[in-house]
Amino acid sequence: MEKIIETKDISYSYTDSDGQISIVPALSNVSLSVESGEYVAVLGHNGSGKSTLAKLLNLILTPTSGTLYIDGKEIDHNDDDIDKLYDVRKTVGMVFQNPDNQLVATVVEEDVAFGPENLGIEPKEIQKRIDEALETVGMTEYANHATHSLSGGQKQRIAIAGVIAMKPKCIIFDESTAMLDPLGRKEVMRAMERLNREEGITIIHITHYMEEAARADRVIIVNDGEVYMDATPREVFSHVEELRAVGLEAPQATELLHRLRALGYDVPRDCIDADECAEIIVKLIKSEKEKNV
Amino acid sequence: MYKIEVKNVSFVYGQSTPFETSALTDVSVGFEEGKITGLIGHTGSGKSTLVQMLNGLLRPTSGQILLDGKDIWEKPKEISKVRFRVGLVMQYPEYQLFDDTVRSDISFAPKNMKLSESEIDERVREAAAFVDIDEQILDKSPFELSGGQKRRVAIAGVLAMKPEVLVLDEPAAGLDPRGRRTILGGLCEYQRKSGTTVILVSHSMEDMALYCDNIVVMNDSKIFAEGTTSQVFSRASEIASVGLDIPSIAHIANKIKGNGIGLTGNLYTVDGVLDAVLREMKGGR
Repeated sequence: MEKIIETKDISYSYTDSDGQISIVPALSNVSLSVESGEYVAVLGHNGSGKSTLAKLLNLILTPTSGTLYIDGKEIDHNDDDIDKLYDVRKTVGMVFQNPDNQLVATVVEEDVAFGPENLGIEPKEIQKRIDEALETVGMTEYANHATHSLSGGQKQRIAIAGVIAMKPKCIIFDESTAMLDPLGRKEVMRAMERLNREEGITIIHITHYMEEAARADRVIIVNDGEVYMDATPREVFSHVEELRAVGLEAPQATELLHRLRALGYDVPRDCIDADECAEIIVKLIKSEKEKNV
Repeated sequence: MYKIEVKNVSFVYGQSTPFETSALTDVSVGFEEGKITGLIGHTGSGKSTLVQMLNGLLRPTSGQILLDGKDIWEKPKEISKVRFRVGLVMQYPEYQLFDDTVRSDISFAPKNMKLSESEIDERVREAAAFVDIDEQILDKSPFELSGGQKRRVAIAGVLAMKPEVLVLDEPAAGLDPRGRRTILGGLCEYQRKSGTTVILVSHSMEDMALYCDNIVVMNDSKIFAEGTTSQVFSRASEIASVGLDIPSIAHIANKIKGNGIGLTGNLYTVDGVLDAVLREMKGGR
């Protein structure tokens, strides 16, 4: 598998309004790699540095120190080659949190066209890309609707369509489900998973919802500007106490089994799925009842 | 007993214009005194419109809002008094901070209530303490604070009015799990100590299950369901039909019950399901 993203010891410090560089870096010495086609969730409490990481990966920010490789291209802190930066932003697209902040046009179709138009793509090709992108997010019938009339989940899906129309290899979702209702969250998750499975697009999903993170192939936890854990969801969520220590929590299925284990019952510590959890408990109750007979 | 009651209320945005839309259609619902009631519904279901009716920010097109049994619009000129009695914390309230210091921001409402200096000072301290904001922070600019701190300062600004009814629209949106617990757990404790009637809007069913006594479900500008938290969450398929969900732990409990195992009690929080499972293992004792 080829690496789409690789970071080597990257750090980032914000500069305040007086031009002073902050003493506490937002991110320090982060080294990680993401393979093409992976579906990665990133967790971390507010202020942990996860959004800074996301902004570095599509070069909204460039690292204060360290080196970044995006799709094989090397970028370091004093890179000011604009063409190269544009190229990288084409590779890694980003969908933000607030659906109302990232639509630029009044009509759905025109909004999706904004990205490819700026890349100087032929009008015919743009139309093709719009159609495909809207199809992928299930919004074809809304092509001529006014953007302001859509629900939050629909707006986010238009924002996603606008990113896919630029044909990125990787998309970062920076808490893109945070402001949505349960249905809107499901719509966005479905679109995300479809892009990953059917189009092979690498997904990096930053979220506060543990149940969402449990669906990824891999979970990275960022804490105090460093990578705290990096493993499969099963492995990560089995560390219930450590998660709590960094301001996070496990999915309710994992939490319930963790509590039973603490009481001395022999149940697995790495279950993250509701159905699986229910099966485990059914078995446990049946065997305990037999003991009592 | 209902502290605040909505009676046959309808509301139309942009009446007699081409943009006329009905946001509430003949809604009747009551909020029990001294309880925490959760208000859920998908985006556009009418929640925010209803919430803005409760403190008189919007006036019903028809129908009444009764506070302690009295129509709040009986004397429209005195509606500002109602706003001191019913405190509203809007979505993302941190964007409404405006003053030089945290202290003066929190004291804005009490000042407008024309309270004495010493009373204001005491209320600011109390409100800040409830939301876990240190004394030292009080003299800082609210814009120097972290997102979670700003949110808590904004909530303190409403608590400082000591409202009889406290309405919060998504107070924990966008916060991490610890931040959610600090804010919602703090509110819960405040509610227990003060006996305030609280109305909480949220999209997180897990939070609703943990903190609410009662739940009201809205759909299509109407009340879809209401009852105690356990009554409402026991209607999983109906809840799903209006684009909402029940907490994932409640799904687990339902699956266990689907296997012919009788779980009883509170089946919508981790604590409750754990208790039910333990009881069942000991043979229902």
